[in-house]
Amino acid sequence: MGSITLKKVAKRFGDIEVIPPLDLAINEGEFVVFVGPSGCGKSTLLRLIAGLEDVSGGVIEIDGADATSLPPAKRALAMVFQSYALYPHMSVRKNIAFPLKMAGMDKASIDEKVNKAAETLNLASYIDRRPGQLSGGQRQRVAIGRAIVREPAAFLFDEPLSNLDAALRGNMRIEISELHHKLDTTMIYVTHDQVEAMTMADKIVVLNSGRIEQVGSPMDLYREPANVFVAGFIGSPSMNLITGNAATEEGATTIGVRPEHFHLSMSEGKWQGTVGVSENLGSDTFLRVEVDGIGTLTARADGEFPASLGDTVYLTPDGERMHRFDASGLRMVR
Amino acid sequence: MSTTHTRNAARTMMSPAVILLLAWMLVPLAMTLWFSFQNYSLLSPGNESWAGFNNYKYFLTDPAFSEALVNTLLLVGGVLCITVIGGTLLALLLDQPMFGQGIVRLLVIAPFFVMPTVSALVWKNMFMNPTNGLFAFFAKSLGVTPIDWLGHHPLLSIILMVSWAWLPFATLILLTALQSLDSEQIEAAEMDGASSISRFFHIVVPHLARAATVVILIQTIFLLSIYAEIFVTTGGGPGNASTNIPWLVYRQSLLSYDVGVGSAGGIVAVILANIVAIFLMRMVGKNLDL
Repeated sequence: MGSITLKKVAKRFGDIEVIPPLDLAINEGEFVVFVGPSGCGKSTLLRLIAGLEDVSGGVIEIDGADATSLPPAKRALAMVFQSYALYPHMSVRKNIAFPLKMAGMDKASIDEKVNKAAETLNLASYIDRRPGQLSGGQRQRVAIGRAIVREPAAFLFDEPLSNLDAALRGNMRIEISELHHKLDTTMIYVTHDQVEAMTMADKIVVLNSGRIEQVGSPMDLYREPANVFVAGFIGSPSMNLITGNAATEEGATTIGVRPEHFHLSMSEGKWQGTVGVSENLGSDTFLRVEVDGIGTLTARADGEFPASLGDTVYLTPDGERMHRFDASGLRMVR
Repeated sequence: MSTTHTRNAARTMMSPAVILLLAWMLVPLAMTLWFSFQNYSLLSPGNESWAGFNNYKYFLTDPAFSEALVNTLLLVGGVLCITVIGGTLLALLLDQPMFGQGIVRLLVIAPFFVMPTVSALVWKNMFMNPTNGLFAFFAKSLGVTPIDWLGHHPLLSIILMVSWAWLPFATLILLTALQSLDSEQIEAAEMDGASSISRFFHIVVPHLARAATVVILIQTIFLLSIYAEIFVTTGGGPGNASTNIPWLVYRQSLLSYDVGVGSAGGIVAVILANIVAIFLMRMVGKNLDL
């Protein structure tokens, strides 16, 4: 239960092609994250899988069966919306029970399932309140509760954490990951936040203007980005992409060095630069270094690094972990 | 607005409006109260005297009173049912994307701007007239005896006319409420397996409850005082079949020239309106602070 296959799925709104035909296989029990900048079509792709939008071409298979023309309710998928989309006039209990009631289940089994979901998500203490009386995190939990009672083949999350504050977002991220381990159900998660993608995913799908740029595990994407777009998108702070002479020396059009893959020194190194802003977080220090002939680079140092505005530092890129890209932006094999 | 100075300034500037409004309400009310305790007939002017509660007794024991009361409630209730249910359905229809949406919406709102006397005359002469009316024409072309609307179903006729005039108002308010419904909620219900009918009853109707409350409260205020339509069409008849409280008050004070009994009727109408308002607030007012 829970494998989803997209074959040549495309979406057009009038003359505008939002998603050119794409193929994607999602295995049973996987946590797949669609990530990309806003407007890249990741939410549209999720809505196509959910059945909330009709495909303009191609086939969607759920568990091997063609689901392209099935209505959303028949696809055995549950969705958590960005706005949570809780029903404001119903109590939490009724919200969670709604899909079961619509399925015509008897009252005793509904109660049992709702109570079980409430226990799983720790929301028993506010089960008789209305959504309007809950905090953002609690609403989020209710929305997830409404999804899990249906015991779907797969869960779809549409940027579920974007309305929460940073601390709560961190907690919910962990809770959703734990829920995935507990339920062992396929989850598809849409986000524009690459930190969420890196921390939660089994498999990341990087999208850019409707096209899939790369599919792979977080570490694959980090270690071997397939192209300049993925290289710049995955990793925080983002990779330094250098063109010009420094790149030509390496036999590439663009070279990429992650901030954490510089060796920093006050006395000697390959590139000499002047420190601009330095951000000291205690655990690491991020330096913005102005290097002549290359531009502004971001470099990370472990712990505290004793450089301040205007100091001269030397940067040496770690040759082993330098990424080289050709003229069309694709990764060059060594 | 926290210093004494600004508070005083605000009071000073607001006072003309407040005083005017108070006078506007209190003076007629006080005069009506005073007249309702007087023997005051326009047939014998200059012979006013204290009447005690006789005017009230006369008005309330008039056999026409209970009929008028029932008619008033039927009129208000009937129009409310038609406009709220019809308005919801029309709003659902108008919410669909279609060609010429702007023009259609404008046309739907148009009846609200037709004054009651005009609309009643049009209904009386052009639609409901048993010989020349449009309804009679349709009936005859189907071979059915035309209905004498105003003669045989006077109250129903008036309910239809008033509903026609108020339907646009209800539609407009309910349409705006419908447009404020979060589309993700509908989609969530769709994912949850709700059919379009259960989506309507479980999601759309509860969402419209607050707007419907506003429609009901505002319309009730105006529907309790329906008068022009009756004046131009049935004249309260046949018999008392289409007499409501405002019409009865008019009949007592201006057709029977008895200002005292008319005033007493006016005060009774005010009390009745307040009773209805209390019931309404109890029933639907809780929707207003969800």
